[in-house]
Amino acid sequence: MSAKDVVTPPTARVVHSTLSSRIGMTFWIVLTAVLVALPYWGDRQMMRLATEIYSFVALASLWNFLAGYAGLVSVGQQTFVGLGGYTLYLCALWAGLNPMVGLPLAGVIGALISVPIVLLLLKLRGAYFTIGSWVVAEVFLQIFQLVPAVGGGSGISLPATVVQSIASSRSGRESLIYWVFLALAVAVIGVIVLLLRTRYGLALQAIRDNETAAKSNGIDVNRARMVVFVVAAAATAMVGSMVFLQKLSITPFSAFSINDWTVNMIFITVIGGIGRVEGPILGTVIFFVLREFLADLASTYLIILGIVAIGVMLKAPKGIWGYAADRLGWQLFPLARHLVGGAGKTDSRALGVPAAERAKVPSPT
Amino acid sequence: MALLEVNSLTAFYGDFQALYGVSLSVDEGQAVAVIGANGAGKSTLLKSIVGMIRAAPGMIRFAGEAIGGVRSPKIVARGVTMVPEGRRLFSSLTVEENLRIGGQLGRPGPWTLQRVLDLFPMLAERRGQASTSLSGGQQQMVAIGRALMSNPRLLLCDEISLGLAPIVVREIFQRLPKIVAEGTAVVVVEQDVVQALAASNYLYCLQEGRVLLEGASRSLSREAIKAAYFGV
Amino acid sequence: MELIHVIIQGVLLGGLYALFAAGLSLIFGVMRLVNIAHGDLIVVAAYMAYFTMQALGVGPFMSLIVVVPGIAVFGYALQRGLLNFALGDELPPLLVTFGLSVIIQNVLLILFTHDSRRLYAGPIEMASWKFTPDLSVGVLPVIQFAVAVAVIGGLQLLFYRTTLGRSFRATSDDPEIAQLMGIENRHIFALAMALSLAVVAVAGVFIAIRTTFNPFYGPQLLIFGFEAVIMGGLGSLWGTLAGGVLLGLAQAIGGQINVGLPFTAGHVAFLLVLIVRPQGLFPKVSV
Repeated sequence: MSAKDVVTPPTARVVHSTLSSRIGMTFWIVLTAVLVALPYWGDRQMMRLATEIYSFVALASLWNFLAGYAGLVSVGQQTFVGLGGYTLYLCALWAGLNPMVGLPLAGVIGALISVPIVLLLLKLRGAYFTIGSWVVAEVFLQIFQLVPAVGGGSGISLPATVVQSIASSRSGRESLIYWVFLALAVAVIGVIVLLLRTRYGLALQAIRDNETAAKSNGIDVNRARMVVFVVAAAATAMVGSMVFLQKLSITPFSAFSINDWTVNMIFITVIGGIGRVEGPILGTVIFFVLREFLADLASTYLIILGIVAIGVMLKAPKGIWGYAADRLGWQLFPLARHLVGGAGKTDSRALGVPAAERAKVPSPT
Repeated sequence: MALLEVNSLTAFYGDFQALYGVSLSVDEGQAVAVIGANGAGKSTLLKSIVGMIRAAPGMIRFAGEAIGGVRSPKIVARGVTMVPEGRRLFSSLTVEENLRIGGQLGRPGPWTLQRVLDLFPMLAERRGQASTSLSGGQQQMVAIGRALMSNPRLLLCDEISLGLAPIVVREIFQRLPKIVAEGTAVVVVEQDVVQALAASNYLYCLQEGRVLLEGASRSLSREAIKAAYFGV
Repeated sequence: MELIHVIIQGVLLGGLYALFAAGLSLIFGVMRLVNIAHGDLIVVAAYMAYFTMQALGVGPFMSLIVVVPGIAVFGYALQRGLLNFALGDELPPLLVTFGLSVIIQNVLLILFTHDSRRLYAGPIEMASWKFTPDLSVGVLPVIQFAVAVAVIGGLQLLFYRTTLGRSFRATSDDPEIAQLMGIENRHIFALAMALSLAVVAVAGVFIAIRTTFNPFYGPQLLIFGFEAVIMGGLGSLWGTLAGGVLLGLAQAIGGQINVGLPFTAGHVAFLLVLIVRPQGLFPKVSV
């Protein structure tokens, strides 16, 4: 057999985009461009609302990443929201650091503190992990209440000088903060999408679908979960730092309360769609639309959200987006996995084996 | 009228169809064997009869009444029960508790705790032990005894020979005629064809969810059974 | 002497925590459900007791005659009507009970406002036995502890000596085969929930005599029950008593060190147990 008779089969590769996701990405890019320009065409109230929406999209997406992909239902993410806020404040107060430096620092601190936390919590499974995460948040709440050096029960206010160091003019400050929020939301979703496209993301989905099978395929389940937890903690802390920058003051209760953060994260994700990147985005939209109509009925609002969330969990566990997308085959992000190129079959013809050799190649039964 | 009538039973696990129109009947006082290779649908058939898998109402009739779609606890109350595959004794309960819980429904009939212990004497001295501490054969006896305690008119046995030594299997199958004699019809699902033939009056052979062969146990030829079993 | 006083206080308080834990443990054992709204249901019982006391003019102990059956019926209906459908995989039970928790808290808030309330037991709250000139022990805590031990003993009897208990254990082992014994799962699960709530209602009323409560007190109680369960070890009723006592002790000692510290000390003890012996003190089942 001469060299030219030896044929290497064409290699297959994984392609992530579909028609639907190409349309989706176009939409996201246009939308982002429009939103970047918002400080120029919108008013201050719009910017405030927008930053709130971005923070929820980011926080809910991170919660979704934890629960919907790594299978870790945490009701303690407020721990990192608060830690992020306090990091920014304390850095500004103690070291005079510009809040824009405090932002990445919050991420670092969040990541560092999350490591011992997750090592401890991973000793618990399922619902016990969940409640454990709550205990952790309570511990932080109580520590920050007790320790005067970090403001104690009455918290800390952000001094005017620190606020002014962000930018010289008020509108400059507001625009800068706005863009940072938008960048955070885009970055969070971007990182999640990129991670999910890798083999690592595939491993995560395997773990979510069937942990035992994943383990027997050599996936280090605990390590994968740890990484997700730490990444989510860091990002959550960064969002938290910016949220409290805007609020101009922080107290242990506002920082570590489950009601201000986690309840909303969970309802948004559950209703929008757990386990899909589009879910929290849709959920945030629904959340804010509902809030417009039900704004005065604070407690009733939560009751209604709770009922809707329970209904969704029982009847359409994949959420509104999951339900619709499953039927319509939509994917707004390039997260599909198609095998393209390569041999579609394994018979000798497709492999390019010349006719003379073919009879010797056994055909598969 | 037959005690049990199964008419064109179909069964699905999600999208996967396990039974394609299986029909069989069992008369009072009969011992019926259902044989077939792994995956033929034998367990699915029994689970459908006893209500652990939903069936359409008309597909299964017991003592003249449609029981398809009825929940298991009610079916057992009417007199049909199963010795499940793999024994499945309650691990938190002792041997005696396992037997007693079988009689919880209080159905009238010949089987009491004492009668069951008479049938399986080796259990008597172990009645206070944790059920998990028994050997496979003893556990199988407890499982059968537990089912008998509900005084069923029809007893379904799912692969009671599985994982047991031949001598133990023989011991257990020796008890079946006594059970039938007390007024309980028996359906035995088996991979062990020899035991199944010896223990039954009538035999069905399933292959991939369909009945391929049926007949009086004594009249079926080895060749016919082999052909049906392996689907050749 | 101060230390002994603290220890006794902690142990007696631990009895209540043990009841919270027993309730959680029971439900987990029978149907593998961890009810995030567990603590909020205890608060519901406390409010029930409050209004029963007002309506009938009785004390908190008498109110139990109404509250215990009342909350049990409520629990049965809740399980049968909602929670039975949430059982199964990982996410739905967690998220449904979480949603339920938020709903209950806000319904209570609308009905009863944010005001803190307490149940008044009268002179017995102040009564104490003097053992020595330095050492006196409150009558009420002793009664509460005795009741807690009695309830746990009663549960133990129920589980191991009655037909119902046998059905609970069998269903916990193998819900599918339990059906072949004539046991209706949906009914047994609902009974387990009813029993669990009856148990924690007693503890809830007791704790509402000791401290004030409001609509948002639930999560605190859930955490206490949870910490006691984990420290004591899953699956063992006497283990939950041990866990409860340990938690009570930690809190009492923490409270001695600094007035603001009791709960934090409890959390720290819990975290320590988690690090050193994650399966708890007397585990029968692994988490």
